[in-house]
Amino acid sequence: MSISVQELTQTPAASQSIVQSVPVGPAALLVDHATKRFKVDRRKPPVVAVDDVSIRIERGEIYGLLGANGSGKSTFIRLVSGLLTLDAGRVEVFGHDLVREEMAVKRLINRVSVDAAFFKKLSPAENLSFAARLYGLDTREAHRKAVAIMARLGIGEKRMSRPVEQMSRGMQQKVAIARAILTSPMLLLLDEPTTGLDPRSKLDVQAFVEELRADHDTTIVLTTHDLAEAERLCGRIGILAGGRLTAEETPECLKSRVAFEYGLPPTLESAFMQYTGRSLDDDIEEGEAEPAD
Amino acid sequence: MIAITREARASYAFVERNFNLTKRYWGWEVAFLVYAVAGALSVSLIGQSVGDRRLLMSLVVGAVFWNYLSVVFQSIGDTITWERWEGTLEYTMMAPVRRSVQLLGSALYAVVYGLVHTTVLLIVLALFFSLDLGHANLGAAAIFMVVGSASLIGIGMLAAILPMMSVERGSQMVFVLQSCLLLVSGVYYSTEILPSWMQLISRISPATYVLDAIRKALIDGASADQLLPDLWPLLAMAFVFIPLGMWGFGRAEHYAKRTGKLKRVG
Repeated sequence: MSISVQELTQTPAASQSIVQSVPVGPAALLVDHATKRFKVDRRKPPVVAVDDVSIRIERGEIYGLLGANGSGKSTFIRLVSGLLTLDAGRVEVFGHDLVREEMAVKRLINRVSVDAAFFKKLSPAENLSFAARLYGLDTREAHRKAVAIMARLGIGEKRMSRPVEQMSRGMQQKVAIARAILTSPMLLLLDEPTTGLDPRSKLDVQAFVEELRADHDTTIVLTTHDLAEAERLCGRIGILAGGRLTAEETPECLKSRVAFEYGLPPTLESAFMQYTGRSLDDDIEEGEAEPAD
Repeated sequence: MIAITREARASYAFVERNFNLTKRYWGWEVAFLVYAVAGALSVSLIGQSVGDRRLLMSLVVGAVFWNYLSVVFQSIGDTITWERWEGTLEYTMMAPVRRSVQLLGSALYAVVYGLVHTTVLLIVLALFFSLDLGHANLGAAAIFMVVGSASLIGIGMLAAILPMMSVERGSQMVFVLQSCLLLVSGVYYSTEILPSWMQLISRISPATYVLDAIRKALIDGASADQLLPDLWPLLAMAFVFIPLGMWGFGRAEHYAKRTGKLKRVG
């Protein structure tokens, strides 16, 4: 069965599938001098997880956010999601201020995180029905749509009624993506959505994101450790290091810049190492800066 | 009208989800119910062994209705704990749903779930002890269950704040709070035998008034007029605790967002 993303989403396809050269209307996401600090130890100064970051993302754009573990990527996503309060700065989603118009912003966004969080005893259908009701969707229509999205991601309808805990990690992540797409978000935050997936599942998810770019006007912010994935999917890439935005270009510009300015091989890995000041191996070793309970 | 429908639908989301969870954990539900029945029978048999029919009735009422109150309290108090363990809290908090709607949905399911539990318990105990409820004022008992639920829901909302601040210690504190309510509310004995300082605490426990009124209604057949002294404190507590619980929950959410405590733990 061949189902396009356009059929799965409520809004019609937009003509601007890639970054618009001339911004029209409010930015899909405007982050203006955002800062977030965490107090992890009373005797020590607070950790600055996001440090004076400003980003403007236009409608229909796929924006990649790269950085080492603890660089502030997930904190940035949580700030934009409204799951953390800002210490300074502001965030606007399609012209709506995140603090003053919280409900309006919530209706426009959704998020997929690295760990597919569900009530694991419940089935995908039950979990998605819960999400649909929270977002005020008609549950029958939502079910039909969920089945179509899941089919597109390679999960048959019969799997919809079995507990999520019986599904593989890759399948669970696909259900998480379906949950986010189900609500037709204008701004989709993908926080390492393919981390830990097998190559086939990873390709499925990447192809789906590409379809979203081609057929639908969802704006996507993608954080990833997979540089090939970032290069394949993202129109622009921002690199975070120590909570600061150290570079922001198209993948091609980033590669050219490191080759021209630093004499490094023209690869995204070179750019990553140059602008984070570390290697990918370092990245895997370290944890996030946010405090645990 | 559209807004109300939307809020009602969102509130029902929590009812439906919790019902689905109950279905999926049916084995544990049966185990908990068997434990509740065995516990209530064990306590009530003390009255039977003494040969005091009034004491037996008093213990049955205590066991059955404490079960109801504790189920309602625990269900609401654990609202956040479950979501934190499963890691879904961030998704629920991201959804365009007011906290009052979330809490209302959780409370509604807790009450329905508690009523089903209690009905089963009451039927089993009534059959086991051949209880005569012919002159009992069942209507008054039902009114006190409803009003008592409202005031207990408020305290449950306040308790639900604790796991938001710290998931493990918060859950422990909810458990301790529930134990304290059991101790001071006169579940199996009159609060008059408690030390005076405990009697003071018992006066701010809704369970004290609910159990006292239901005993009078079921054992003595007391009329609604006679039960008014127990009704006013419950109404006052519902009036105070529910808004206080919602306000406190909102403040706790803000604190959790400021300090990064909505993240998955466990």
